[in-house]
Amino acid sequence: MHISIRNLRKAFGPVVANNDISVDFAAGQIHGILGENGAGKSTLMKILAGMYSADRGDIAIDGRIVLLGAPKRALQVGIGMVGQDPLDIPVFTILENISAGIRLAGQIPVAESFDHWNSVLGFELDPRAHIGHITVGQRQQVEIIRLLITGSQLFILDEPTTGITAAQIDALFVALRTIANAGKTVLFVTHKLDEVATLCDTVSVLRGGILVGEQAQMPVPREQILQAMFGERNALIATQSGQHHPNGTVWKLTDVFMHDAQIAFGPITTTIAAGQIVGLAGLEGSGQTLFLRHLAGMQLPHSGSIVFADTPLRAPRYDNVFLPADRLHEGIIPSMNLVEHVQLLHRHLLATGQTSREKAIQLIADYNIKATPDMPLQLLSGGNQQRAMLALIPDTARVILLEHPTRGLDAYSAEAIWQRLQERCARGATVVFFSADLEEVIRYSDAVLVFFGGSVSRVLDCDALSEQALARLIGGVGFAEVAQ
Amino acid sequence: MNTIRLARAPLYAIIVSILLTTVVLTTTNADPVAAFTVLFSGALTTPSRLADMIMLASPLLLCAAGLSISFAAGQYNLGIEGQMTVGGVAAMAVLRLYTEGDSVVLLWLGAMCVGTVAGACWAGIVAILKQYARVSEIFVGLGLNFVALGISLYMVFGPWKRPGVASMSGTEPLADSLWLPVLGNTRATVVTPLIAIGVLALVWWFLRATQWGLEVRASGLSQAASQRLGVPAIRRTIQAMLVCGGAAGIAGALQVLGVYHALVPNLASGIGFMGLLVALLINADIRFVAPLVVLFAVLTSGSIQLPLSLSIDSSVSGVFQGFLVLAMIVARALLARKERG
Amino acid sequence: MDKLILDIAALIAMSTPLLLATLGILIGERAGVINLSVDGSLLLAGMVGFGVAFTTQSVIYGFFAAALVGATVALLIGYLGITLRLSQTAVGFVFALLCTDLSSFLGNPYVQQSGPAVPAWAIPILTDIPLLGPILFRHDVVIYAGLVLIPLIAWFLERSRPGLIVRGVGERPEALYARGIDVVRVRYAAVIVGGALIGLAGAAYTLDLKQGWTYRHMAGTGWIALAIVIFGAWKSYRIAFGCYLYAALQTVASRMQVNDWEIPTQVLQVSPFVVMIVVLAVVNSLSTPTVQAWLQTVPAPVRRLFTYVTSPAPASLGKPFDPAG
Repeated sequence: MHISIRNLRKAFGPVVANNDISVDFAAGQIHGILGENGAGKSTLMKILAGMYSADRGDIAIDGRIVLLGAPKRALQVGIGMVGQDPLDIPVFTILENISAGIRLAGQIPVAESFDHWNSVLGFELDPRAHIGHITVGQRQQVEIIRLLITGSQLFILDEPTTGITAAQIDALFVALRTIANAGKTVLFVTHKLDEVATLCDTVSVLRGGILVGEQAQMPVPREQILQAMFGERNALIATQSGQHHPNGTVWKLTDVFMHDAQIAFGPITTTIAAGQIVGLAGLEGSGQTLFLRHLAGMQLPHSGSIVFADTPLRAPRYDNVFLPADRLHEGIIPSMNLVEHVQLLHRHLLATGQTSREKAIQLIADYNIKATPDMPLQLLSGGNQQRAMLALIPDTARVILLEHPTRGLDAYSAEAIWQRLQERCARGATVVFFSADLEEVIRYSDAVLVFFGGSVSRVLDCDALSEQALARLIGGVGFAEVAQ
Repeated sequence: MNTIRLARAPLYAIIVSILLTTVVLTTTNADPVAAFTVLFSGALTTPSRLADMIMLASPLLLCAAGLSISFAAGQYNLGIEGQMTVGGVAAMAVLRLYTEGDSVVLLWLGAMCVGTVAGACWAGIVAILKQYARVSEIFVGLGLNFVALGISLYMVFGPWKRPGVASMSGTEPLADSLWLPVLGNTRATVVTPLIAIGVLALVWWFLRATQWGLEVRASGLSQAASQRLGVPAIRRTIQAMLVCGGAAGIAGALQVLGVYHALVPNLASGIGFMGLLVALLINADIRFVAPLVVLFAVLTSGSIQLPLSLSIDSSVSGVFQGFLVLAMIVARALLARKERG
Repeated sequence: MDKLILDIAALIAMSTPLLLATLGILIGERAGVINLSVDGSLLLAGMVGFGVAFTTQSVIYGFFAAALVGATVALLIGYLGITLRLSQTAVGFVFALLCTDLSSFLGNPYVQQSGPAVPAWAIPILTDIPLLGPILFRHDVVIYAGLVLIPLIAWFLERSRPGLIVRGVGERPEALYARGIDVVRVRYAAVIVGGALIGLAGAAYTLDLKQGWTYRHMAGTGWIALAIVIFGAWKSYRIAFGCYLYAALQTVASRMQVNDWEIPTQVLQVSPFVVMIVVLAVVNSLSTPTVQAWLQTVPAPVRRLFTYVTSPAPASLGKPFDPAG
């Protein structure tokens, strides 16, 4: 399927996500679409998949202009998408997941074709397994088979390598090549340059919603692509990691076993030093969330002891602040404004509001939050919400725990968040975070803990680790040597 | 702009609900104009009818005020009827201790306090099961309504039954000296409306001006985020339910003391549910509680005249109230949608 | 023995309207829509069903009209909950009260009238099977329909492809949308079909089980039906079991009263509610994190037993779906 995009534009309110994009994707090839977070890649793909409608512009398939605008239409013309977090139904089995959906003309029985593709692509999926019990990598495989069965000719993969093992990445690449060789078109969206170099036939770069330069046949010199992705700024130069000096112990874990409904692991015996940034790395669901919530005192270990600042940790503490990934559900109260949030933190008997208002105005200035004190926080952009959450951390906080601190933020907002966190760290706070983005972990951490297969590594010095080495570790390669 | 457009919602809602009710009325060949006249003014024609309206508005105000808090905490307290009923039963238990010569005022206070505590406990069961066992407050509340009715029936037909035959008309009436004093020849007491207004004022102040009220609202909007920000959200939610149950319980006690002067099986008689309608109608804006309570009381009291004067079933007031609430919810949603474009 | 058989047969008969209502609720909730109006819908549909049957002297028209009423109320709830994305709880509750009052107002002329009723019809041949014959095959068409619907709806929801789509829409509507399904249409269809079943249940009261019409004829039943669906963990067979259990409790309660225990009927009639609340509390607390964490420490068979008991609600139950985001 040859797809041509002409003068495509999409804006969300005042933010232009895609501006005047024109590009062609030829059949039988794997096309890399590169760009940093917030460059407009996902928006473009969602338009192709029918999830969003474009404000302007045309999309033509094999020379004929098509109207998308609903996933149903996209599927009918043969366009399918695999999201970063696959849109599947956890309580269904793999086979049920594939069967649930519109049935297209000439479709072959699901069970047979599943077995066919499962073996052709070398996936080892059990059709009766429940989606909720398999890994993200396997869920992507299910989605790929589903699209093959529904007869898709254009495959869109949005950041598929985030959160899956090195082995699964290899299997994915082989499968995508097989699909392309069969004459189908593959669009591979990523912010990782190396993946494009390994896998793709062509590369297109998006920056700030605009297609930078022309689509180019690979190989393209690395510097040229970097130049396109980041412009004059080149890659973001963040303050280097490893510059904070540990200063005493903040957590001491002794023989800790922890578990929830999904995962159980331990024993963990380790200490975490104060005054540094600690990254937790591992595949999604390897226990980082659970570990972080134990450090926050939100969950108590099944056995063993966690000592925080020389006292046993039995409940959340005011000086131990946790910032969840799900801002709108756990982080802030969406319909309340900043004054009310400040008021909730600074507890006085009467909610007079005057001092809280002054404090809120102060925070807005200090943290560069684009909002008025009376705006409900749900009206703020993701980056401003995250800044507001940081602003609401009291100065007395000894530690700050974060899940995916910059997920969904554009590069500038992400950088601003890290500047704040590093300031806090320089003032003596300890920061512990996890992120699916290994680059982020490597770039900002002083020390790293790796989660794999139900256990946790020693505290590893981040300076001695490369992103590739870390990627191998989270996939279990060489994990035994760093295990406790 | 937003507020201006949304301010039109009540107007649309009133027009639509009057139209729909007219349609319903005409299907039974009733005269809509006459019916609406009686509905809106039937309660205001004589002092005695006005008094009856006040005696309906007072417990309704107590329930609606209490529900403003439980709604702020994000809870659908459908168990309010049961909370009112056990309040009445508990008050009756205290009042039965009366012997000639006891301090009546002390007994009144005792009955009201015990009624409040009983209502709060009944709501506490709902709140605790919701917060710690994750059972929907809607079903526990409704289930406990039936249980409360069972307890009340048991008392009326069992231990507290009238000498001779037990009947649905209730227990033996209280001694005359225990009746709350009335105004003139009417059935209205001063105490009941005063307590209701006092409770509304307190609720208003607590929700608007105190840290407790802010924390209750925060807990209702997002329990997880409130907890993260250091608010004891589970405790606040339970407290909000306890306050609501307490308000319903006091209403039940006042029904015994000031209206029925006995324990009757169906003490709540839909007042709690009507309070829920009011609470849905005000959309968390406590300024409108009192006016809407009066409106609903006027309509309901007025409808009692309908069967006598026009041979129309009195349930038409409920039909009108239902249409009004629905039309209001829809009008608000449609206007807000138009606003977004 | 004969008495027991008769008791069981009576139990099946008296559970039928409740069963129809619960199955109606089930279909809507499996697609993610709560129809909280059941208590009022049952009354209004039952009243209209009786009124139409009374006027036309045709039971069939009565049932048809009742289904129409139930479906219409469901359609309105669908519009408010699915299209306007209002709180389904709030809207359903208002409809419950409104329909109750409407049934009282409009049903005034039919109070205490005697109208037509569903005739009994023993199924030839089958009725002579020992044991099963008297239990299952000496009822009327409505009761047979109820019995057939249990496996039929179970099959539809758990085994058929449209049922799979209904369940998917109740679990993760955005996933089904991405698979080309018109989520809004599926939800409307489910809640309307469910509403029609609830309407039929109303007529099953006024034209069959509790023939005739009075004010608030079977008020309260709708709330019980909603609770039984939770108790039955959104599975047809367990819901049916819940209905029979409820009827059995009521029968036992009334027997105890006949045996002159000096406990008034009204008191015994609330006992199923107490049982229901206790069961809901136990079943629901099994899915709390504390208990779930504890389950990780017990042997696998015990864990499986607990997981079977605590089947969770459809993940998107009551949550509005917005294709734009």
